[in-house]
Amino acid sequence: MNKKDVIICRCEDVTLEELHNLMKEGYTSFEEIKRILRVGMGSCQGNTCGQLIQRELANFTNTPINKVVTHKVRPLFAGVKLKSIVKALDDES
Amino acid sequence: MKANIVIVGAGISGVSIAYNLAKKGVKDIVVFDDNYLSGGATGRCGAGIRQQWGTKNNCILAKKSVEFFEIAQEELQYPRDIEFKQEGYLVIATTKEEDLQFVKNVKLQNSLGIPAVVLTPKEAAKIVPHLNLDIVTSATFCPTDGHLNPFTVTDAYYLAAKRLGVKFFYQEKVLNIIVKDNKIIKVITENYEVITNKVVNAAGGYSKEIGDMVGIDIPVYSENHEILVTEPIEKIQGPMVISFSLNIYCQQVPHGSFIMGRSDPNMPQGYNVDASWHFLDEMAKTAVNLLPPIGDLRVIRQWGGLYNLSPDRQPIISDVKELPGFYLACGFSGHGFMFAPMTGLLLSEIILGEKTTVDTTDLHIDRFKNSDFKDYEKSVV
Repeated sequence: MNKKDVIICRCEDVTLEELHNLMKEGYTSFEEIKRILRVGMGSCQGNTCGQLIQRELANFTNTPINKVVTHKVRPLFAGVKLKSIVKALDDES
Repeated sequence: MKANIVIVGAGISGVSIAYNLAKKGVKDIVVFDDNYLSGGATGRCGAGIRQQWGTKNNCILAKKSVEFFEIAQEELQYPRDIEFKQEGYLVIATTKEEDLQFVKNVKLQNSLGIPAVVLTPKEAAKIVPHLNLDIVTSATFCPTDGHLNPFTVTDAYYLAAKRLGVKFFYQEKVLNIIVKDNKIIKVITENYEVITNKVVNAAGGYSKEIGDMVGIDIPVYSENHEILVTEPIEKIQGPMVISFSLNIYCQQVPHGSFIMGRSDPNMPQGYNVDASWHFLDEMAKTAVNLLPPIGDLRVIRQWGGLYNLSPDRQPIISDVKELPGFYLACGFSGHGFMFAPMTGLLLSEIILGEKTTVDTTDLHIDRFKNSDFKDYEKSVV
């Protein structure tokens, strides 16, 4: 299958080709790649692309996969509407 | 390893200083950063570019920086997009005092060539229709303010500096700087020892620690400021909306998501960059109050980053009389990102002993000696 047609990050619509091109440029950590391609910054917060990119980085850098650090996990656990947070605060008081 | 100049910190300030020095022909520049590309304050900032300030210094630095950002894509020959979007900053006043202060600010800004205007609430609503006009007393607007992508513009400077021969070392912490007979002789990092006589301190939130290594007490401290980002939607808001009295800044970035932040007056000084539920609560209340329809957006991520605060909330861009060869680019008080082009240009001029593009007397660290900080920047969230 053509690398252009393989989607690595569904949230930000990033292809395997874009990932490989960036790795070839010398960006070989998840955090660097995240800052340029936005992988891991979308709605799923890296739950989909994280392991796929980890595997690609392991192959490219010839590193055992368990040594490849993936993205920083940040709150929130799931998307919450701003007004729901406000309502919850009103309900508490 | 030997170096002409060692720069500590590869955030936007460090890469801009490296680029400007290399462009002027300086060889053997080495940059160390203890994190990834834009892993510190630069990559955590609100991505805003603003010229509407309350002090002359900040206005000049911001205006001249915007002039660079307008040509940065070509000048830095960057293959990706730095996403410079000039759709303005709408500064919201909610009190009589702010109305009066903002009229003064705009007068100062106009006198320096910044095209800001004072608006009635109705005029402000023409620019951002979803404003809650019940709480807006007046506003100011500068159409050439805007948004810039912190990650890609830092990457752009980094790649341009690298092409000019600058050596970068990431994930490489500076452990000590050795001074002998009041002269810098060596920089020691985790894996290297670099013989050098010149060190630039562009370490952002950690600049005080770098100063301590050479016995220079820099009057700055660090403080966590938090931000959140929502899911992306179709474009509904052009400018950044900001209010000092409500304590909020909020913009829709080109990607479609909304980024918003506020400060916490009870935040202790220090290096913590955690995300807190308290921020999430306060941010949600403030944003939904000022921009009600935003309430329908889902928050997907939140984080913190360090402001490095100086006593007058204006940057320190200077040499150090007590230690020749030691240079400072710190104390940006949350605005180092938008001033970076001038930081790099001015510090390169200072280092090379050239006449500076603008007067840097008031940016010198010595201004804090016996000062009562009357000219204090209040336009800070």
